Amino acid sequence: MATVVPISLTIGANRIIPGVGIPYPIGDPTLGEVDSKKLRRRLVERALKALQTPVDGQTVFEKDDF
Amino acid sequence: MAKYKIVHYLNQFFAGIGGEDKADFEPEVREEIIGPGGALQAALGADYEIVATVICGDNYFGENLDAATDTIIEMVKKYEPDVFVAGPAFNAGRYGVACGTICKAVEERLGIPVLTAEYEENPGTDMFRKDLIIVKTGNSAADMKNCVPVMAKLIKKLATGEEVLGPKEEDYHERGIRVNYFAEERASSRAIKMLLKKMKGEPFETDLPMPKFDRVDPAAPVTDIKHATIAIVTSGGVVPQGNPDHIESSNATKFGEYSIAGMDHMDPKDFTTIHGGYDRQFVMANPNLVVPLDVLREMEKEGEFGKLYDSFFTTTGTGTATGSAAKFGDAIGKKLVEDHVDAVILVST
Amino acid sequence: MKLELGKIKIEDIRFADKTEVKDHVLYVNKEEVEKLVLEDDKLIGCHLEIAHPGESTRITPVKDVIEPRVKVSGGEIFPGVIGKVTPPVGTGRTHALDGMTVITVGRIVGFQEGVIDMSGPAADYCPFSKTVNLCVVIEPADGLETHVYEKAGRMAGLKVAAYLGEAGRNVEPDTLETFETKPIFEQAKEYPDLPKVGYVHMLQSQGLLHDTYYYGVDAKNFVPTFMYPTEIMDGAIVSGNCVAPCDKVTTYHHFHNPVIEDCYKHHGKDINFMGVILTNENVFLADKERHSDMVAKLAEFMGLDGVLITEEGYGNPDTDLMMNCRKVERKGIKVVLITDEFPGKDGKSQSLADTCEEATALASCGQGNATLQFPAMDKVIGTMDYIENQIGGWAGCVNPDGSFEAELQIIIASTIANGFNKLAARGY
Repeated sequence: MATVVPISLTIGANRIIPGVGIPYPIGDPTLGEVDSKKLRRRLVERALKALQTPVDGQTVFEKDDF
Repeated sequence: MAKYKIVHYLNQFFAGIGGEDKADFEPEVREEIIGPGGALQAALGADYEIVATVICGDNYFGENLDAATDTIIEMVKKYEPDVFVAGPAFNAGRYGVACGTICKAVEERLGIPVLTAEYEENPGTDMFRKDLIIVKTGNSAADMKNCVPVMAKLIKKLATGEEVLGPKEEDYHERGIRVNYFAEERASSRAIKMLLKKMKGEPFETDLPMPKFDRVDPAAPVTDIKHATIAIVTSGGVVPQGNPDHIESSNATKFGEYSIAGMDHMDPKDFTTIHGGYDRQFVMANPNLVVPLDVLREMEKEGEFGKLYDSFFTTTGTGTATGSAAKFGDAIGKKLVEDHVDAVILVST
Repeated sequence: MKLELGKIKIEDIRFADKTEVKDHVLYVNKEEVEKLVLEDDKLIGCHLEIAHPGESTRITPVKDVIEPRVKVSGGEIFPGVIGKVTPPVGTGRTHALDGMTVITVGRIVGFQEGVIDMSGPAADYCPFSKTVNLCVVIEPADGLETHVYEKAGRMAGLKVAAYLGEAGRNVEPDTLETFETKPIFEQAKEYPDLPKVGYVHMLQSQGLLHDTYYYGVDAKNFVPTFMYPTEIMDGAIVSGNCVAPCDKVTTYHHFHNPVIEDCYKHHGKDINFMGVILTNENVFLADKERHSDMVAKLAEFMGLDGVLITEEGYGNPDTDLMMNCRKVERKGIKVVLITDEFPGKDGKSQSLADTCEEATALASCGQGNATLQFPAMDKVIGTMDYIENQIGGWAGCVNPDGSFEAELQIIIASTIANGFNKLAARGY
């Protein structure tokens, strides 16, 4: 889970979830605590799903439905 | 009596034992100058003496890597040489790898300066160029007369501690070590001159050829998430308050492992971040933005996955050398495999 | 747009009753300066010290370094920050007190303030070891929020520099240089046979404490834009950031941007210098994508043949650097990058966090991880209390006698990635 996806691709990560921003990769404090946490939950759920998904090369999971 | 002692390493072929049929020749040490050692001794002169030659068959070395290395180290140690020299291996692949392996081991374990010589396309060159000075050679023994004087010059520098200059000056394969120097002109002036050449289509030389990063095959997916153990690893610099292990805020040389057992979220009273590369105010107020313990605990309770690993691993990503990062990754990976962790969520800032 | 820049050579700084420049000496009324700084109630203490080249003096933790300048033909220096945001900026006549600086020093804001040694091995790496420096040592009020403190420190330095610059208003400069960039069509027509070259200037804008200001606008809030190079010589860009010390483009360095200076040297001879494309290095990927697209569009729009790109900082800004490089090259415009390297203390790791295959030409500003022994100094301006926590230091790196070992990173502007220094790295 990383914000700067181009670096993740350069260094060779295979399952990549784009983060929100460098100072807050999973969550967004500008939305307020409740919504920030909801967003975090969504991103972590996406990460768990990505971990269960076969990939044959570097893959960026931009959306929840895959 | 010569001032400096050299131990020389050869394979079965260059030692005159035999060809492929003798490639399983076991390590042996002889107190004499053999094969290419003659030319080397002549080039080194009277202040230097090849006191012993270690011979090992290429296949034996390749098939008994650890045992052969240990045996040869013991043989070399006895002579307390000032420099250890292997080869030249030219384009002989197994020989090149053996020269690289044994040189690296002698340097690391005995602290003795080492030198070898190989052809650009010898696999040993790519495997060991970062660790060793490997003199450039042609692709066959016909190049012996050219490479021996270059080797002799470097052996003398290594023995006397004289400064070894860059790969161009000394004719060795660039190790990829970035060394500072003061250029004639500042970088902006050099850049404009480079741009002028590039725009005209003339050849130019970049200061930094673009590096190539390693690739790994994707891991197989987790098949049974309901029973999987998940761990959190981060480069976001999240540490317990007070940074007990003194992890650096940039160019980290270590990582930390900290318990999250029994916690249902990352409390800012307990954790902070020491990362020097981003505005820390948000993560200091809520470390869950980097270590998502709060939602992972909820999901663990709800049975979304098996179990959360009891600690998280952390370091600072900014300015941290890829070499250090690779070491951290190996160490963390090893521990997680030992503890039967099935998957990792790695959060980077 | 045409600017006359007059340089008044300053050989020494002395305290006196009246602030003035006489016979290449800057006399400073200490009380007036201290009063000026303490107008800000966020700061409760201020004192001044002078550091000369060759002295056994260490200055740390350093926040910003600024050259005093004054607009003598109308207008004000540091527009939008100290001066009004009104023309003329980058035109008319400006005087600079050359060979001296104002350095703000005080308790650290983050980890990112650095060291300047006036002699010894570290002096070879720092441009401010060779200037006469007026150090403004500030003390913040208790419990100040870090970004409030950062702003107070930043403003203190700029105010003092603007105040001292006034002393040069009516002094005949030792040298007078003229810099001119014309409106785009005229400029293109002036040297129709020379390749058109632009400068993509990336400003650090990573968030609170990592910001730069363009006419007073926080750099993370703008989209890429065009600038006449001479605007920068009048202080249109000021440093507010706490990026790693070695990489800090201080306000002094904005005044003395080496790419702009060197492009002007080649202007009309072998290049046609068309101007500056200003951009930033934001923390959101969408910003990086959008702004690198806009940089490439501007470069194409200006009809450029070649572009030089500099960055500030390392790590994720390397991605902005590479995106700019790739997208500008794909417009058919040749690119040379200028940056520094961080390959680890042993120099064996990768130098950059990101790469692209279009980056075929790069001028190195040295590697910042190499370590150096810093001897003890007779005098410390500021405090050594934070050395171990400053970027480039580590726990236990300071010896009881005040000597220490640290990476070059800890020295202000040692590997600055805009090409200011002669330091470079090569492969061994």
